[in-house]
Amino acid sequence: MSAARPERHVPGVKRHAPDGDLAVRIEHLDVTFATDGGDVAAVKDVSLDVRAGEVLAIVGESGSGKTVTARSILGLLPETARVDGVVLLGKDDIVTVDESRLRELRGTEVAMIFQEPSAALNPVYTVGWQLAEGLRAHGNVTRRAARARAIEMLARVGIPNPSRRVDDYPHQFSGGQKQRVVIAMALALAPSVIVADEPTTALDVTVQAEILDLLRQLRDETGTAIVLITHNMGVVADLSDRVAVMLNGRIVETAPSRELFAHPKHEYTQRLLAAVPRLEIVDRPLIAATGVPPVVLAKGLEIEYPGRFGRGGFRAVKGVDFEIHAGEVLGLVGESGSGKTTIGRAIAGLTRVSGGSLRVLGTEMNGVRERAFRPLRKQLGFVFQDPGTSFNPLLTIAQCVAEPLIVHGLAENPVAARPRVDELLEAVQLPKAFGDRYPHELSGGQRQRASLARSLALNPPLLIADEPTSALDVSVQAKVLELFGELQKEFGFATLFITHDLAVVDQLAHRVVVLHLGEIAEQGSTAQVLGKPTDDYTKRLLASLPVPDPVEQAARRSARMAAMQAGR
Amino acid sequence: MAGFRKLWNRLPVVHQFKQSIGLQRGMLVTGLLITGFFLLIAALAPVISPYRFNQLRDSHGLFGAQTPPGPAHLLGTTSGGYDVLSRVIWGTQTAFMVIIVAIALSFFLGVLLGLLSGYLGGWLDRVLVVIADAVYAFPSLLLAIVAAIVISGGQSSLWGGVLAAAISITAVFIPQYFRVIRAETVRIKSEAFVESAKVIGASTPRIMFRHVLRNSTRTLPLILTLNSSEAILTLAGLGFLGFGIEPTSAAEWGYDLNKAVSDVTSGIWWTSVFPGLAIVLVVLGVTLVGESLNDLADPRLRTRRRAAAQTPADAAAISEPFSEGAEQVL
Repeated sequence: MSAARPERHVPGVKRHAPDGDLAVRIEHLDVTFATDGGDVAAVKDVSLDVRAGEVLAIVGESGSGKTVTARSILGLLPETARVDGVVLLGKDDIVTVDESRLRELRGTEVAMIFQEPSAALNPVYTVGWQLAEGLRAHGNVTRRAARARAIEMLARVGIPNPSRRVDDYPHQFSGGQKQRVVIAMALALAPSVIVADEPTTALDVTVQAEILDLLRQLRDETGTAIVLITHNMGVVADLSDRVAVMLNGRIVETAPSRELFAHPKHEYTQRLLAAVPRLEIVDRPLIAATGVPPVVLAKGLEIEYPGRFGRGGFRAVKGVDFEIHAGEVLGLVGESGSGKTTIGRAIAGLTRVSGGSLRVLGTEMNGVRERAFRPLRKQLGFVFQDPGTSFNPLLTIAQCVAEPLIVHGLAENPVAARPRVDELLEAVQLPKAFGDRYPHELSGGQRQRASLARSLALNPPLLIADEPTSALDVSVQAKVLELFGELQKEFGFATLFITHDLAVVDQLAHRVVVLHLGEIAEQGSTAQVLGKPTDDYTKRLLASLPVPDPVEQAARRSARMAAMQAGR
Repeated sequence: MAGFRKLWNRLPVVHQFKQSIGLQRGMLVTGLLITGFFLLIAALAPVISPYRFNQLRDSHGLFGAQTPPGPAHLLGTTSGGYDVLSRVIWGTQTAFMVIIVAIALSFFLGVLLGLLSGYLGGWLDRVLVVIADAVYAFPSLLLAIVAAIVISGGQSSLWGGVLAAAISITAVFIPQYFRVIRAETVRIKSEAFVESAKVIGASTPRIMFRHVLRNSTRTLPLILTLNSSEAILTLAGLGFLGFGIEPTSAAEWGYDLNKAVSDVTSGIWWTSVFPGLAIVLVVLGVTLVGESLNDLADPRLRTRRRAAAQTPADAAAISEPFSEGAEQVL
């Protein structure tokens, strides 16, 4: 531990600059990539600055250039990029600085927090080793001192029992803890700027709330400037002081958060904010037809993934009861590992049921043979999470949508199926001409519409939608959800809507089932579960959801903190 | 016409040629030129070759053994009294015939087995993988010799010899195609679009051939070219070791090299240099094509032109927003 260190811990004393000094200044930045399809200008004439102790959020949809802008602060752009302009970090211009100076700056002046913590940590070294690696790379630190500093950093980011956990490997930490370790690595050399690229996107909402608290606390303690890249307006409202909105490589608006959320000036910002799903809690009762048996009926449903030789299997779903009535939209909500996707896959016959009973469209799925279930597939649509991979890349959209018609003998070949395909594309509001395009020639939202068209091709009474909008940008998500609601009303199919986003469920579902670790925490009508939750887990889930409004979010945050204090 | 152009640009080698720049393009072009040159020679062998490959005499009588290069025999004659130039030219034809037969046989069988093994899995997969590994563990030339003996049984007509060589090469190559296709199939099997086909209710053969097979053939052009060069080497090796084709049935470089071994020590260089050079050049050409296809297929290895410094007009052209157009449709 060097003598210069302790001063950072005194609150209010900023190591690099007095409060308000510039940490990074970007002027007229242009970034152009050479690709197979010609040059692509990713960032156009962007000027930004970040002050010490400030959190600047860069928001925008995918492809807006927000990540490229942030990465240019670290000089982390591929060789094919051509960078013009000035990125001033302290006294160094990152654009012109040489490789060895750049290496010195990384870590000491600027650090990065990545989106996927498990990918950012090396699985074959202990976290202590990885933390020490960064320290030893910059300056002559003894092994012992580096280890002591690693333990100190782990304690700082809230890893319990750091002196023991320092020798653990990444896989021994949970996702949230791994992200804490990554943050510790970023903070180890007290950089003046931290670039956080979607730091909470891969995490569950409850963990996300904790990580955001940690980032805020560290910012207050060290006065580090944070450049936060995110597409989640709730996260922006929670953490940021100032927001820059990017569209097609340009900054269209920069404003303090409160001002931006209250009075968005640019038309695009207004559109973006309007598209963010909010909890409104509308009662949406279903006028159920009496005497019709439920489409899906689960009783004590258990699903187990077989374990490796000599080890027991993993029970993903542990005795779950629920039902989906004809024409009903059931929202299945849960965090990762709750078993929600497993249940959806079991209903579609993609995963075997190991115990209890699951009746789908009148057929018992426990022990069903593929041959017996295949004819039933006609009555079942499935929308996958990632529209990018759920289409065969070598077939045109029309051929993909025609596939169910051909498989079930309703059309001889894609040409004969074309009239029906055009009808379906029209139903999902895609131009007919899109049928002749290949999947990669469509945007994410368009592909998800086409996916919806394919799943509805046979007019199924049951649709399973597995996180259909979580890979989409908010404004696109809003349109797809709206379309989905319209189609559901028009065709009246029952739906199992699987999602981790409570606000999305709130927009569509008649009833909600909340899953927690393979068991049902709570189920009931949407208004009841989201409005007056009785279960502790549901309450925690709701409290952790960041609201896209800085003022309200600040209030919610203090309420959540108070609840946590009281809970201890 | 536009449709034809589109198809043309998507063809394996043409597509990569358009992508390439600099040294990689140089490699590809050199490889294509050498290979094309030999293909042309093979096709025109009857026209350009001064004599037949098994011709020992013309109107002036016997050629004579080991005559040095001269006006009558541009590259001299072999110890057996054949014309070296004619043997080299006709040898090209034999080489390409063996390549085509060997590749065609191993290609179809290997791809089919790989697809079945990868997609169906289970005991079939395990058995096939073990067999493929066992074949791999054998020295390939030894295996080819055994196959040649079993197949031809000492007989060596043109097609008998070609087939023997081709089939023995096939035995060595099937595991390569098998492995590549199996690995790709296993990867693609877990892709969402295969699952979506399953959910639709498509039958297993339909999923295998319509959805999986077509997506797992990306690396095939590459293995095809690399295997072609290996096929020539194996054929030459077989010929050199005496398991090749008799000189009366077809011209074969390996056989000629074998017969030229004793000539080298007595200063007769032309009998060995020219067949050897032919082998080296064909292998070089085909390998260059294969290696550059390999580099171009991988975006990380592919070099691209750096983005050019742009004028304001260019910048405006680039910013032609694709996503904005897409948004309007949404």
